[in-house]
Formats: sequence, C-alpha cells, structure tokens
Amino acid sequence: MSHHLVELIELRHTYPDGTVALDGVTFTITHGEAVGVIGANGAGKSTLLLHLNGYLTPGSGEVRIGHSLLTKETLPEIRRTVGMVFQDPDDQLFMPTVFDDVAFGPCNMGLALQDIEKRVTAALDLVEAGHLRDKPPYHLSGGEKKRVAIATILSMEPSILVMDEPTSGLDPHARRQLIRLMGDFHHTKIFTSHDLDMVMELCSRVIVLSHGKVRADGAPREIFADEKLLAECRLEKPLSMQGCPVCGVNS
Amino acid sequence: MSTFDGAILDFKRLETLASGDTTLHRLDPRAKVIVTALFIMAVVSHDRYAITRLFPFFIFPAALIAAGNLPLAYIIRKVLLLCPFAIVVGIFNPLIDRTIVLQLGDIGISGGWLSFASIIVRSTLTVGTAFVLLALTGFPAICRALEQLGIPKLFAAQLLFLYRYIFVLTEEAGRASRARELRSCGKKGQGMTSFATMVGHLLLRTWQRAERIHVAMLSRGFDGSFRTSRKSSLGSNECIFIALWGLFLVTARILDLPKLIGTFITGGF
Repeated sequence: MSHHLVELIELRHTYPDGTVALDGVTFTITHGEAVGVIGANGAGKSTLLLHLNGYLTPGSGEVRIGHSLLTKETLPEIRRTVGMVFQDPDDQLFMPTVFDDVAFGPCNMGLALQDIEKRVTAALDLVEAGHLRDKPPYHLSGGEKKRVAIATILSMEPSILVMDEPTSGLDPHARRQLIRLMGDFHHTKIFTSHDLDMVMELCSRVIVLSHGKVRADGAPREIFADEKLLAECRLEKPLSMQGCPVCGVNS
Repeated sequence: MSTFDGAILDFKRLETLASGDTTLHRLDPRAKVIVTALFIMAVVSHDRYAITRLFPFFIFPAALIAAGNLPLAYIIRKVLLLCPFAIVVGIFNPLIDRTIVLQLGDIGISGGWLSFASIIVRSTLTVGTAFVLLALTGFPAICRALEQLGIPKLFAAQLLFLYRYIFVLTEEAGRASRARELRSCGKKGQGMTSFATMVGHLLLRTWQRAERIHVAMLSRGFDGSFRTSRKSSLGSNECIFIALWGLFLVTARILDLPKLIGTFITGGF
C-alpha cells in the first residue's frame, strides 16, 4: 500500500453562505507525481487544498489519502502524511523562534528530544536556513519566512507535500531558490499557483479548475497550448511559452 | 504613523538585548521571574506615604542593568514613556488628601502630594524592573518560566500568541492607517466614521488570521496541548541569585534602611 496516493471522488463543497466552491471534483494523484492545480481567483483551489488535510469536511464525495478514507479516526494519521504549506508564512510561523516552530510538528508527533533536534537541523539545512534557528519569525525576510515555513513541514517528513501559492511575494532569486528546493523533494507534490512558469518547470501534470469543476487534466505542454481553454478559464500561456517580446519569434 | 512604527522597532530592540550573553542572561528565567515578582510585591506592599523607604530598592534594577550590560538611557526612555499613566493614576491624590503630614520649614506638604510622589516612585521601580527583566530574558522565555512555575498552559500560550502577532497586527494597522492618511489629503479623512470601519476591518482580519493559524497548527498535529523541546534546570547559580536578592528584598521591606543608615551616621555625633 502506498502512502502517497491522493484520491478525490465526486467531491462537493458548499460554504454556509451558499457558494458552491467545489462541484464534483474527481481525480487520482499517484506516488511521485508533481501536480499543479491552477485556475482563476475563486475557482476553488484553496477550498480543494483544505480538503486534503481534512480541515474542511466534504458536503458529499470522498477524500482518500493512501487508500484510507478521510474520517475523524484517520485524521491524525492523514495530517501526518499530508504536509501543508500555507500561502502566508506569517500564519504558519507562530512560535517564538524558528527552532521552536520547526520543532512544533515533531513535538506533537511525540518524538524523543534527540530525534526532534536531528529533524529540525536536517529540515533547516535542507532549506538553507540553519543560521536562522534562534531568530524570532518577525526578524526574517519574506524569502526566509517562506523557506522556514517549508522546513516546519519537512521536519514532519510527510509523504505528500501540498503548497498554496509557494512563489507568491518572493523576489526572483528567492523564487528560483524555492523552485530548486521543490525539485529536490521526490515524494508527491501538489501546488496551487498563478505562477504558471513555475508550474511548467516543476509539474508533470496540471489540473485546471474552473467554477469548482475540473476543466482539464493533463500534461502541462498540452494544456498550455490550448488557448481556447486558457481564455475560458481566465488563464494565460506561461511567459516561457509566449513569443519573444523583442524579435517576436515563438519559442 | 512613523512614531507608531518606531515604537514597535524599539520594542524589537528589547528582544535583541535579550539575546545577550552575560551571566544574568544565562540564568534560568524562572530565577529571574521569581526575584522580580518578589521585588514587585515588596515595593507595592509599602505604606502609601512611603518614599524614602523605597529608595534602597533602586539597587536591584541598577545592579541588573550594570551586570547585564544594558543601555541605561534606553531603559529610562521606556520608563518615561509609561510615566503619564502613573501620573493619571495619582493626579487627584493632592486634591483629595489635604492633611499636612510633613512640615519642611514654612511649607507644609500634604499627604496627597506624598502619596502621589510615592506612586511615581513605585511605578518607576516596578515598570523599570519589568523592562530590565524583559531585556535580560526575552518574552518567550518569561512565558515558559511562568508556565513551569505553574500558571495554566492556556495563559502562557495566549501570552506567546499575543507577543508573536502584535508585530503582524501593528504592521497591518500601520498599513491601513497609512493608506487612509494618504487619501485624506491632509484632512481628517472623515474622522471617526472611517476610523471605526478601519478598526472593524482589522478585527475581522485578525479573526480570519486566527482561523488560518489554527489550520496551520492542526495540520502539524496540534491536539490542544503545547509541548516543548527545551530543557532547563535550576542550578546553584540560580539558587544563589534567588537567595541573595531574596534576603536583600526582605530586609529592605522589613527594616527602614535609609533611617537606620541615617541614625547610624548621625548617631556618631
């Protein structure tokens, strides 16, 4: 049995005010896949992510992680399997120091003190943030915060990494650093993003959401070549697939 | 707004000071918290006209500032910032309590003025020492110490969250207020009406943020109790620190040291 499987079956979600955020979403993501979930603002991306670790309960339909159905009983195990990095690192870093924050997950998993120490050091080294360990989060720059936020998840050694808008608000260098870091994570990855070039670079598969439904699901090159689909879903080709602004030659 | 941002930056400086490395900094936070609590109790439990008896207590913060290598001017500025509050608390005393309790030549000093001065001295002592404690220990460490000393975990957690998010919230408030200021063309920007909506929005945003933080905590296995990965111990240094300062504080509380010293000196003649 693989821990790395993510399966949604006819998932529906309606918010209390009547907004239908997800309207029958079905897909299966297998081990090692890197999937970009893209779509316009309000297409249902964030709602979808919140279902993956059981924060929201489906109106109808099923969420299965690694063959086990998401229920109250399986919730702790599933939260350990699915590591989720949120869009605003200020929401993710709530402990007094970087060390405490990265240790938060492992502490809750009930690990021994030495193991916690080891995991924190390893996770911080992985995101090149070892020198920040004793700093309070509000002393960090945007890029540093983002990297530490990722370390807080990596220290729990999840089998599935879920990230909401990983590159938003980062400078080009920090963005490049992050893309490299994501490329090094070899388990299942799921991103939502408006940074289509990043999706192009990192993902082997793209799922397009529109009005709570899956509009398209396939290889990035095919999807980004379909101009009609992109226009209907308020999307655009990634810059790397657009013509050169100087000579007009299509890449 | 610049003063507001400035105040926050200044606050961050306390945190930088707390990362110092003197013997006092390295002392277990519990020892410092216990002695500071004792100190505050000793100071506030004095008679309401006490002034001279309070003076020996300045030795404690002064010693900590000296041994902890803290910038004196900075601490004094911080204490002055809070002085207006003490003045507001005591300002009516001279009007209410007019009995003359002290005669200095021809000038009679009423009990009200004495108790007013006493309030100022006390607040300077307690607030100053609290700042010194913060600068020597850091807020998170104080919270941990309080928790170890037995205050409910929930309170400690709340204090920690307060401290963590006060920076985020003030930055948010700063941005909102700057945006309002820039569009009010030097006028008041619809005064209270827009101010009230702005505060309301801040509250709602805080609410949403709290929810997002909760999600982030849940997805990292939070089950309602905070676990810590740090060890700390009360060693001989801590015991000596508590014992010596405890002795001093108790003596200064029970005996009228200035008077004793005075009689000792004048008694010689």
